Amino acid sequence: MEPFEDEKILLAHGSGGKLSHDLVEKGFLPSFDNPLLSRLDDSAVFDASGRLAFTTDSYIVTPIFFPGGDIGKLAVCGTVNDLSMSGATPLYLSVSFIIEEGFFLSDLNRIVTSIQQATDEAGVKVVTGDTKVVNRGNADGLFINTAGVGIIPDGVDISGSNARVGDKVILSGPIGEHGIAIISEREGLKFASPVISDCAPLNKLVSEMLEVSSQIHCLRDPTRGGLATTLNEFATQSKVGILIHEDAIPVQDAVRAACEMLGFDPLYVANEGRLVAVVAPDDAEKIVQRMQQNKYAAEAAIIGEITEEHAGMVIMRTHLGASRIVDMLVGELLPRIC
Amino acid sequence: MRFIDEFRDADMAKAVLGQIRRQSKRHIRLMEFCGGHTVTIMKHGIRQLLPETIEMLSGPGCPVCVTANVDLDKAIALALRPDVIITTFGDMLRVPGSRSSLQKTRADGADVRVVYSTIDALQFARDNPEKAVVFVGIGFETTAPTIAASILKAEEDGIKNYYVLSLHKVCPPVIKALLDSGEVKLDGLICPGHVSAVIGSRPWEFAASDYGIACVVTGFEPLDVLLSVDMLVNQLEQGEPRVEIAYRRGVTTEGNLRAQELMNVVFEPSPASWRGMGSVPQSGLKLRSKYEQFDAEQAFDIDPGPTLEHKGCICGDILRGVKTPPDCKLFRNSCTPEHPVGPCMVSSEGSCASYYHYGTV
Repeated sequence: MEPFEDEKILLAHGSGGKLSHDLVEKGFLPSFDNPLLSRLDDSAVFDASGRLAFTTDSYIVTPIFFPGGDIGKLAVCGTVNDLSMSGATPLYLSVSFIIEEGFFLSDLNRIVTSIQQATDEAGVKVVTGDTKVVNRGNADGLFINTAGVGIIPDGVDISGSNARVGDKVILSGPIGEHGIAIISEREGLKFASPVISDCAPLNKLVSEMLEVSSQIHCLRDPTRGGLATTLNEFATQSKVGILIHEDAIPVQDAVRAACEMLGFDPLYVANEGRLVAVVAPDDAEKIVQRMQQNKYAAEAAIIGEITEEHAGMVIMRTHLGASRIVDMLVGELLPRIC
Repeated sequence: MRFIDEFRDADMAKAVLGQIRRQSKRHIRLMEFCGGHTVTIMKHGIRQLLPETIEMLSGPGCPVCVTANVDLDKAIALALRPDVIITTFGDMLRVPGSRSSLQKTRADGADVRVVYSTIDALQFARDNPEKAVVFVGIGFETTAPTIAASILKAEEDGIKNYYVLSLHKVCPPVIKALLDSGEVKLDGLICPGHVSAVIGSRPWEFAASDYGIACVVTGFEPLDVLLSVDMLVNQLEQGEPRVEIAYRRGVTTEGNLRAQELMNVVFEPSPASWRGMGSVPQSGLKLRSKYEQFDAEQAFDIDPGPTLEHKGCICGDILRGVKTPPDCKLFRNSCTPEHPVGPCMVSSEGSCASYYHYGTV
């Protein structure tokens, strides 16, 4: 993409006229170049066979650039991860931009580059897209929607309702990093060691897990609402109890410190590069070992198990040896007063 | 993590628990005043680890919870004015007043901003000279000095459009009111850690000397709380109630003199309305007349409308320690963190929210 320096997005960039074409030709195509996209027809046309997974998500984040990523990387990873969590191999993405008039083209350039890097890493292609420009004040800089298609390999059956009594719960790494990175940047909080978002595509990690085991029952990425919410979803959908061990859940010190200060519980803070898996007990160890070889899951660990009692609830054995309920996130996380 | 991990050490906790079990002979009733302590107790499951001889009650130490409806209605009435930007701490947003909450008022178009400190509120005032920026000041002695500092700063910088709706409360008078009512028979008190960091431990001495209540000031980690229980048990078994500090890393007898001075310069004691307790003398902080130009109550003609109480809500009884959240018919039924009826379900440090989120099974 050519540098636009201080040029800004104008309403005309979304008009469908000359400026729109220039933006696509010079701004998007060089980065996303692939045969399906460069036909520039109204829809991308491709062959596919087998069971398809299809998902969509819209990305709104303030600030747009944050430690460890930006809205573009997030928009790719989020959708790639949603496909991966159903066991699918992600193939194609659509990317739609809703841009506020006056947005810097140089910033758009950075975001497009970051989308390209993330899609390259995940091995997926952007095959269709759209751009709209809205009047100043009608969007917070830039919104991105991505949708994705993937193919589910034969024999893979992953769902939040598949957890069985005795299964083990695996977490792929430390929690809370994305949420704390965002809030630190937003509120100008500085920590001795800055917290970097965990935002990452997890499709390769999932395919490695599927290579070593056919007994992966549930997979989910604990994004908004955090680990606690994802576990509660599994417990409700599968009508089982979940027991987790506080000491087994990795949390980085800087994240803990920020949570202590703000009155947050890391269990409820958002992640963008973590997954929770519920797997057959006999396969749990070898899945964890395989996961630990992936750079995004070096600290993967078994954090709990599926129980018959307390169906529909998540119980945590605390560090001190007591037990308590871990509820879903309700409302928004708000900092405390004193 | 330093100052956290050592105060969560499981072996140490087991040792203190063992000591409590060995020492505790007679049935005692302890109250943790502070909502932060309630959270620690619930979150770490401390109540179920204590022997049956020790009964723990939660007290009124949650600033959001004790804010009376009439005061919430005032904040909402101010928010409805087009010339006003309301700034406040996040916890306040969802608390229902008589008819609405700041969050609902914001959804209806009012300008309500969450801030992390009064410095941010002052900045809003600088950035929006055409608007009146009102900080809804709630909190105890922990937050009052920072609000006092913001008023002094506004005066120094000549900021004319910054106001404080002072709903501040101070803690010792309400404990006195609680003990005077005789409604709850207490043996010991876990005194608030952060409040005492500001006021020191001396203001609690009346509870020991006049009422025979064992008092220990402590911090917010599990070992802090366990240690305070151990010290309270010890005092009561020995029959020598007094004030002790289990939180030496944060609290002295004298407290933070600079913070106290800031408070005294800007505020003077006044009666305040407490949810569930009505008006308590000397328990509020109002702006001294020297600073009345910053006093939202003076600057605006506020009509909060008639005050309504939430039907069936027993937050008042819970705040006095007379009842516990599971005693409330609304708890987990019509009153949940998603649809809170009373403030104790809203604030992260409210008893009902603590029981809801961290309940035992």
